[in-house]
Amino acid sequence: MTRRVVRRTGLLRGTIAAALLIVAATACGGDDLPAVDAQLGGDTTREVTGRNSFGFPAPTLSNEERRVFEIGDSFFTQNWVTAPASTDARDGLGPMMNAQACSSCHLLDGRGTPASTEDGDLGLLVRLSVPGSNGVSGVEPHPVYGDQLQDRSILGVDAEGELVITYDEQPGTLADGTEYSLRAPTYTIENPAYGPLGDDLLISPRLAPQVIGVGLLEAIPETDVVAAEDPEDADGDGISGRANRAWNPRTERLELGRFGWKANVPTVESQVAAAFSGDIGITSELLPDASCTPTQTACADTPNGGEPELDESRLGSITFYSRTLAVPAMRDSDSDEVRAGAELFTEYGCASCHTPTQQTGTLDDVGVEALADQTFSPYTDLLLHDMGDGLADGRPDFEASGTEWRTPPLWGLGLIPDVNGERFLLHDGRARTIEEAILWHGGEADAAAEAFRSADLSDRTALLDFLDAL
Amino acid sequence: MSTKQTPTRVLITSLILASCGSDDGGSADLGSAVGTYAEGVHASYAASVESAEAMDAAIDAFVQDPTGESLTAAKQAWLDARDDYGPTEAFRFYGGPIDDEETGTEGLINAWPMDEAYVDYVEGDPEAGIVNDPETYPSIDTDLLESLNEDGGETNISTGWHAIEFLLWGQDLNDAGPGERPASDYTDAPNADRRAAYLTTASELLVGHLDDLVDAWAPDEANYRAEFLELDPQDAMTSIVTGIGELSRGELAGERMNVAYSERSQEDEHSCFSDNTTADIVNNARGIRMVLHADYPGGVEGTSVLDAIRADDNDLADQLAEQVDASVAAAEAIPAPFDQHLRDGVPDSDPGRASILAGIEALEAQTPTIVSAAESLGLTVNVT
Repeated sequence: MTRRVVRRTGLLRGTIAAALLIVAATACGGDDLPAVDAQLGGDTTREVTGRNSFGFPAPTLSNEERRVFEIGDSFFTQNWVTAPASTDARDGLGPMMNAQACSSCHLLDGRGTPASTEDGDLGLLVRLSVPGSNGVSGVEPHPVYGDQLQDRSILGVDAEGELVITYDEQPGTLADGTEYSLRAPTYTIENPAYGPLGDDLLISPRLAPQVIGVGLLEAIPETDVVAAEDPEDADGDGISGRANRAWNPRTERLELGRFGWKANVPTVESQVAAAFSGDIGITSELLPDASCTPTQTACADTPNGGEPELDESRLGSITFYSRTLAVPAMRDSDSDEVRAGAELFTEYGCASCHTPTQQTGTLDDVGVEALADQTFSPYTDLLLHDMGDGLADGRPDFEASGTEWRTPPLWGLGLIPDVNGERFLLHDGRARTIEEAILWHGGEADAAAEAFRSADLSDRTALLDFLDAL
Repeated sequence: MSTKQTPTRVLITSLILASCGSDDGGSADLGSAVGTYAEGVHASYAASVESAEAMDAAIDAFVQDPTGESLTAAKQAWLDARDDYGPTEAFRFYGGPIDDEETGTEGLINAWPMDEAYVDYVEGDPEAGIVNDPETYPSIDTDLLESLNEDGGETNISTGWHAIEFLLWGQDLNDAGPGERPASDYTDAPNADRRAAYLTTASELLVGHLDDLVDAWAPDEANYRAEFLELDPQDAMTSIVTGIGELSRGELAGERMNVAYSERSQEDEHSCFSDNTTADIVNNARGIRMVLHADYPGGVEGTSVLDAIRADDNDLADQLAEQVDASVAAAEAIPAPFDQHLRDGVPDSDPGRASILAGIEALEAQTPTIVSAAESLGLTVNVT
């Protein structure tokens, strides 16, 4: 099944490439096209391609910072092991979890692969809840299964169940008659090990994104993000844009949500701590409780790897590592077709949410010299937008409704195949190509997607070429 | 490594090649240095298989007749075999046979840290592990250990050097020395026969995985080596230099030394059961020098990477050779056992800790020179 998909993607890419050649041969004299800034991460940018594109340190780190980065890298990359173990800095895995290391899902700091539990590929998890809300977790967790399905476990403890993903191909046609097919996923949880999940279960699949650039996104002044909000669409452009407010366990208050597919996490540190807790089963001072609910007794009776398992200093190092990964530079940013694509990106309205340029705060606010005073190009506004019923998870999260998602940054888009081999896009990896991801856009993005559907082949190709150069 | 090359990019590449081919590292015989490297990789893995087979035989002898002496002999054979494997880590980090995205076996050969309680009893959990769970795992054989590692490669990987090390030495609960697993674990302890089965199976798998690497680099076969030698020598040399550059800083200075040094977690070291970590570090550092000088086992001769650099820039070649000698010497100067320098309360001024820091700094210092040397050959090498 998977193999057939790959082959078809390859064919499509071949067609685009052939078309590109024609564009390249004919599209000359584009000097009036605006320049595109290739340094997507400001001074944290590195000119890299290939399998490790997402794994380099920002070139501006000092030697001392570089050593902290290495510590973070180690605890991000190496597997955690069952407690008790000789390597007592690295034990306490599970007892139930989705992965054994951050790098299991963020392979080479890259993106996850959507797969059913039995297929073994990692990087997609399913959040669980029941109707209601809770100011700390943003949802009302399931009373037995908590707020995510942990489909793996250590010896002697049952995993919570198995995730099964099936896809339904939905054919469509572009304005010029070109046919395409989108795959619509269905998520089923089989063999629940701790009793029935109930009829009012809400689920939301979430794919692990590439890690690059999160330090820059965190360093955008809150006022800048909020200034772009337009909840009532006062300017009448069909695009609202709302900031989420999410719980920060460090400050114990609600703050601007910046990370996660629903902007349901405020800081890189809280994202790291939450992923350790939920995905790997590793406790920290921020989230000190093992993720066993009261009836999961075998889970609760298992030896832990210390209290907490991840100490403050290591949490800090992993957070620093995540913040200071280099953003790869664009390739071919000065080619005519990429610059033409960038112009179409604005013309179609994509840039209304995928804001090309942002600016970080000063050193006093940001704390890390490499991240301060940077002008950079994430192509996101960090705001929530209604993306239509096709993408909706129907599961509100803090202020985010069941149809809203946060605009994801687009940097690294073209290097995902280098790092991951394949390119699974959107919040659950359903899109197999950039084109499919665009065609899934609905709701506030409907007009932009429609502009793409109506465009001729050369314009579509230019747009895709621009995105692939990111 | 990316196969994604649009025709546009191919065109651009060929234009660049055409326009600057004449002054681009013209005097260096890269092709011949690449050939020597391929020969050396093959010879290095062959040496590694040979000593791993000797270890496998010693392990067989031990489980046939488990005594203190036969256990000591098996442990010595493991230590000897590690000396041959260590330098081969300079052949990693460019997606070659050892760490190819799809087929690489590095995780099965050298995974760390070891999930001890997934394999056998540990202090605090006497019934832990597959060894002590005959109900779930009725038989321990290659099929079982391979299947546990096939679920997307992210179940608890418990094969390779450190699994064998754990089963020979046991946990290092001894502050001053290595682990002290008794030979009786293989005679009258609970599940002794299952433990022996795990040990011999892990050893057999390791030899097999190393053998696959020898095959991948064997001459005159339709294998990775053939593909490697077909590459543009500039691309092949980029891989070679990436391997030593990444090992130098990111892996050895960073992951293996700085993290252990900074975190002061006593067993946060690569060979924590056997206390062989200093030897591991020295062998990695020597691996870099081995590639540079084409100083491979088995009498391999030919143009070295250093010769190629020297043809372009004699001073840079001298500087690199000096720095690499210095980093090997600094690694050799770290007193064993490594974990004694990681204990809480040992001041940074302690000679042991100072020697680790000196080793880190020597490796950090040589890495930019490796990158510069690549640049002098007209290559772009990115290492972390």
